[in-house]
Amino acid sequence: MHEFVEAFRFIAHNGAVAGHSQLPTLTHLALETLKVSAIGVAISVAIGVPLGVWLGHIHRGSFAAINLGNIGRALPSLAILAIGDAFLGLGLTVVELALVILAVPPIVTNAYLGVDGVDRDLVDAARGMGMSGWEILGRVELPLAVPLLFAGIRTAAVFVVSTTTIASLAGFSGSLGDVIANETSYHFSGVLGAAICVAALALAVEASLALVQRALTPRGLRLAGLHRTIAAPPEAAIS
Amino acid sequence: MALVPAGAGTLLAAASEPVIPNYHAQSSSCVVHNHLFCADWISHNWGPVLWPALRQHIVLAVVAVAIGFAISMTLALAAHRYGLFERPTLFVTTFLYTIPSLALFELLAAPVGLNVFSAEIALVSYTLLILFRNILAGLRAVPAEVLDAAEGMGMSRRQSLLRVELPLALPAIVAGLRIAIVTIIALATIVYTIYDAGLGVPIHTALGEGPFKTELIAAGGLAILLALAADGLLVLAQRALTPWARARVD
Repeated sequence: MHEFVEAFRFIAHNGAVAGHSQLPTLTHLALETLKVSAIGVAISVAIGVPLGVWLGHIHRGSFAAINLGNIGRALPSLAILAIGDAFLGLGLTVVELALVILAVPPIVTNAYLGVDGVDRDLVDAARGMGMSGWEILGRVELPLAVPLLFAGIRTAAVFVVSTTTIASLAGFSGSLGDVIANETSYHFSGVLGAAICVAALALAVEASLALVQRALTPRGLRLAGLHRTIAAPPEAAIS
Repeated sequence: MALVPAGAGTLLAAASEPVIPNYHAQSSSCVVHNHLFCADWISHNWGPVLWPALRQHIVLAVVAVAIGFAISMTLALAAHRYGLFERPTLFVTTFLYTIPSLALFELLAAPVGLNVFSAEIALVSYTLLILFRNILAGLRAVPAEVLDAAEGMGMSRRQSLLRVELPLALPAIVAGLRIAIVTIIALATIVYTIYDAGLGVPIHTALGEGPFKTELIAAGGLAILLALAADGLLVLAQRALTPWARARVD
């Protein structure tokens, strides 16, 4: 347990290590992690949400949408980084590419399942009220798909934070993983302290996205959809 | 350079400076010039490096999923019978699932030590959420009429579980196993940070040695191929075990 005491002391000192004055602070590294992760999630959302929502809206491509999710999970992030390093050399581009490859599948799969799963009777009713295809999408299907759609984004965000730290193992510096990958400078107490920060960061990202999801979910769905507010691979039960 | 094999000699003389140092004086020109993929390097290193890492990787993943399955099955059966188990189990397993792998390995290394146990504990903890949710969803999806029929035939609760509910839940359970094994194969590449085993070891060596492309592609590619192969095998197992569900599953 002594190690944990030392680890918390390391966190309390914001990552300062005696004899190494030029090391970055933990706050700086945490912000860098968030920056790299946010870019990855933003690109993935920009690709994945329109694709999944569109496939769900036209009720096509269920095989592709669901199996894409499975293939995404099969790719070890460290392996993608290694292969990316071989072809392009390691840098922000390769790291973001790896993040997008990992984050797009759960987003597409869940956006698809969310929109595809909207009660057909509701869509028919909306059409009967004279709504156009776009209105049905924007005012009926999307609001009802919010819980699943967001569950996909949350899963993706957790993968992305995790992979951003793993990128340090591949030699990309600019995240809390730098500390974990550099036991020589930081000693085990620093590694452990950074691991605690990484875990806390992932849980914080997850919790704040859960709050956003709650705010975006239509009131009528909140009670009925409570069981879905727990983030996880929601496609698990279906695929 | 005088030690380079005769066949490569002429090539070397004409080409630019070699990229990879020819340590043992037996590297091919492909390796020395860091071409994209050198089959001869793979065949040299398969026996001493790649195959042992692959074998360790498979063992790490299979053991983790087997233990995780036993725990999840127990928890899911408990939650199926006594509903109040569900929420706490989901809360704890979700919490574990959210913690990034690199952090969880280090957090376990402090109390458990840098050994295979902390590696397996971390891997098992990632299977729990996936397997628990899928087993429970499978059990819950059994239609009430089927359960009534089983009761009407005079089956006890235990008989109904073993002979009706579990077989009907099998597609969902195998689907969960599929996701779990693929996820664990991916995560096991990080095990090398606390315990010297698995495909993470050659990937780490490759990344550390710099720009040698063949090694990077071989080590990374093996991990991806293993995950895809495991997924494919489980799809076949799923089909073989549940012939009645073939029309619905795919």
